[in-house]
Amino acid sequence: MKKLVPFSILATLAMLGLTSYLALAVAPTEATMGDVQRIFYYHVPSAWVAFLCFLVNFVASAIYLWKRSPASDALAAASAEVGVVFCSVVLLTGPIWARPVWGIWWTWDARLTTTLVLWLIYVSYLVLRRFAAGGQTQALAAAFAIFGFIDVPIVYMSIRWFRTQHPSPVIGGGPGSGLAPAMAHVFLANLAAFTLMGILFMWLRYKLQMKEQAIESAHAQAALKGVAQ
Amino acid sequence: MNPIHFLDAAYLVAWVVYLGYLGRILLCLKRVEEEKKEFDRSRQPQLR
Repeated sequence: MKKLVPFSILATLAMLGLTSYLALAVAPTEATMGDVQRIFYYHVPSAWVAFLCFLVNFVASAIYLWKRSPASDALAAASAEVGVVFCSVVLLTGPIWARPVWGIWWTWDARLTTTLVLWLIYVSYLVLRRFAAGGQTQALAAAFAIFGFIDVPIVYMSIRWFRTQHPSPVIGGGPGSGLAPAMAHVFLANLAAFTLMGILFMWLRYKLQMKEQAIESAHAQAALKGVAQ
Repeated sequence: MNPIHFLDAAYLVAWVVYLGYLGRILLCLKRVEEEKKEFDRSRQPQLR
């Protein structure tokens, strides 16, 4: 069991190394944007994993409000933090991709703005968990997370609902959309590797959260015993 | 600026964030495990 952590980390890093090689050296060069389009193989899987983490956070928060189990609270905290990390990469790589392609770093269009709002919602969630005082912090954070998740489908649908600077959906965007098979294979490999990395990060962060909770409760019990004696 | 530099910059930023975060979690896990051992050691004399 002790060897499971280093093995999982090494396996995930090896897979990411391979898929990065596929993205940088094997995938065909896109005709309009050229090599800079290869950012796509990082940018989109990062966004997908961020959505996945926020979905886990939503479900874990709902379970916490229902059962009040410390494990679901730990999973909610872990998934929100990992989601913020992945969403941060989306918000950093997006402008780096936009500058050579659009000529601007940022524009306040629906997709970019709702993604920034999503990031701010979950940063606020983490700040709330970190600094709120009192016994109801976890319940308050869980309720906040359930309302915060409303922005995820809005981000996803924004390029379908509004005319935006951001490109229309490449996958599942209706007739005329889609990737060339050689690109699709590389994209799916990257999607799998990033999903694995997201799950690994959530698992490690969950372990950390559970251990911190166990130490806190052991300290509290020891203090209570001390008072009783 | 050559567009390839933007590609390099994006990959560098992504890897710095991801590996930095992984390193941070592993360091915190190590710290918490040491804290747990320390706590257990401090409780042992009272148990005897």
